[in-house]
Amino acid sequence: MKLKTFLTTTALAALMAAPALAQQISVKAGVLNDRSGLYADLSGEGSVIAARMAVEDFKAAEKGIKVEIVSADHQNKPDVGSTIARTWYDQDGVDLILDVPTSSVALAVNQITREKNKIHINSGAASSDLSGKACSPNTIHWTYDTYALAQGTGGAMVKAGGDSWFFMTADYAFGHALERDTSAIVTKNGGKVLGVVRTPFPGTDFSSFLLQAQASKAKVIGLANAGGDTINSIKQAGEFGITAGGQKLAGLLVFLTDVHSLGLATAQGLVLTESFYWDTNDQTRGWSDRFAKANGGKKPTMVQAGVYSGMLHYLKAVEAAKSKDSAVVMAKMKEMPTDDPLFGKGSVRADGRKMHDMYLFEVKKPGESKGPWDYYKQVSVLPAEQAFRPLAESECPLVKK
Amino acid sequence: MFELLGIPPQALFGQVLLGLINGSFYAILSLGLAVIFGLLNIINFSHGAQYMMGAFVAWMCLTYLGINYWAALLLAPLIVGATGIAIERLLLKRIAHVDHLYGLLLTFGLALIIQGLFRNQYGSSGLPYQIPAELRGGVNLGFMFLPWYRGWVVVASLIVCLATWFLIEKTRLGAYLRAATENPTLTQAFGINVPLLVTLTYGFGVALAGFAGVLAAPIYSVNPNMGADLIIVVFAVVVIGGMGSILGAIVTGFSLGLIEGLTKVFYPEASATVIFIIMVLVLLVRPAGLFGRAA
Repeated sequence: MKLKTFLTTTALAALMAAPALAQQISVKAGVLNDRSGLYADLSGEGSVIAARMAVEDFKAAEKGIKVEIVSADHQNKPDVGSTIARTWYDQDGVDLILDVPTSSVALAVNQITREKNKIHINSGAASSDLSGKACSPNTIHWTYDTYALAQGTGGAMVKAGGDSWFFMTADYAFGHALERDTSAIVTKNGGKVLGVVRTPFPGTDFSSFLLQAQASKAKVIGLANAGGDTINSIKQAGEFGITAGGQKLAGLLVFLTDVHSLGLATAQGLVLTESFYWDTNDQTRGWSDRFAKANGGKKPTMVQAGVYSGMLHYLKAVEAAKSKDSAVVMAKMKEMPTDDPLFGKGSVRADGRKMHDMYLFEVKKPGESKGPWDYYKQVSVLPAEQAFRPLAESECPLVKK
Repeated sequence: MFELLGIPPQALFGQVLLGLINGSFYAILSLGLAVIFGLLNIINFSHGAQYMMGAFVAWMCLTYLGINYWAALLLAPLIVGATGIAIERLLLKRIAHVDHLYGLLLTFGLALIIQGLFRNQYGSSGLPYQIPAELRGGVNLGFMFLPWYRGWVVVASLIVCLATWFLIEKTRLGAYLRAATENPTLTQAFGINVPLLVTLTYGFGVALAGFAGVLAAPIYSVNPNMGADLIIVVFAVVVIGGMGSILGAIVTGFSLGLIEGLTKVFYPEASATVIFIIMVLVLLVRPAGLFGRAA
């Protein structure tokens, strides 16, 4: 016991004696996402790994920035997410919160971040309201949003002749936003929406809703859902002969992990929109290999790539501003162009929307795939200006008109 | 063409059939729970996890060992049932003499551990499992397209449910079981090995969950949370039917599937809640459940 006390005292003394590094900034980043539920594979621990990789690649320590990363599970519940965000900001000295999939949780964290004047870089959530009517001077919406998904998949389907739609919508903030944005694109391009069914979230059996969609005789069934809901819908649509009957499925939000889970035999031919795919160029492949090594062999999703990219840009802004003051860093992030190996060059707009190209992919046939994770072929590129909502149409109060 | 409440009859028939199909899952799962509760007085909260294990074992059989669906349908319940027997012998047995709330807590904890282990190993987004080749496709019934596999699910679960009911209510073995529930000491005095009966019963109840898991694998996403999503509904089914009532579990399982299916047509937003509303109403009028005997 005595020895232990002695050792502790010595260690403490040694610590105190060490010269304090001049002008060191220490930041604490919290990765808040789903670590146990249906979005755990597409965000979860992978997002934490991505954030750590950003810190390593930026060589933060050499630049006098000390970064600590913490993580927590919001269980896709707004109340749980809000409590964690408040504790992090009030008690644990967290400076920014990253990721936050599930739109309902993201909107809550967005609000709290604004109240506490901290920073939120959202990668996981989809609702375009985050840079629309709920936009905040403290939030950047990084990876994708419902508007871009609608433009990508919705626009492509209408152009290919799918001019009548029936929506199966997950009954919460995200599903509603996705349905709203896609309906707008469909009608704008001369198509019409024949019906909507709001499905309880999360669901298991979608056959009843699929039958209603079938009865509507719509050419396209829009799946305004995500994760397990999308997987179950696609699996059961195949089973009930819906795709064989000539109706097309539009998976409005499909992640790489969903395709992995469905298997190519079921998922083949599906058209989807993403902002990042690991097998795009040498840089994305190189980064994804490193990521996969740390993540049990699983390739990154766009959400995880977005956490890396957002964290990197934040660190660059802190370095440039020589401060971690929220207002100063936010201004820097919007002022500096973004550039990283995963999303290429881009920018952050006044409404907090991160601008980069989006890609339309088609899922490969089993014969075309060279192995696990070789799933997509690129159909087209949507330039950032077309993919995201134009500032002129923005409902965001931060945008001066 | 006439319409019922604004819905064409074709659509209605289709939904009734789909309701029955979902009801089959409720029926098998609530039957397992009812058997375990009725004879062991254990509220088996790990039932959902054991259902998930059934689906995963089927996937493992196919992926690692190349064992097809049909063999897995037999093998997976045996394997899952064997883990149940191990749990009963090693854990549940030790708390059999205390209040059954302890059993509830223990099995709930086990469920979390099992789900966590599978999530750690296989992730949360699920694994692919194809419908067996013999049951692909379907038949057009005029009012709807019935996939062969769904038809098979209804038939298989009806057979299993009726066989279980027959076994427990009509055979000598079933009589021993029921006697052991009524008065274990006296039954043992007649030379019947009650602890063995209890162990086997738990194993059987768990095997039923595993069987439902294999049935579900080709049509639902095979993921570690698949049971957790379903188990709460199944508990409501058991409570409505009457805790421990075999026939109650079967009948309520199918009929609640039906009611839920119809809700999905008339007011889809409420389809996740309708079963619980019914549960509240039933408990107000008949606290012991529809088929339960008042204590």
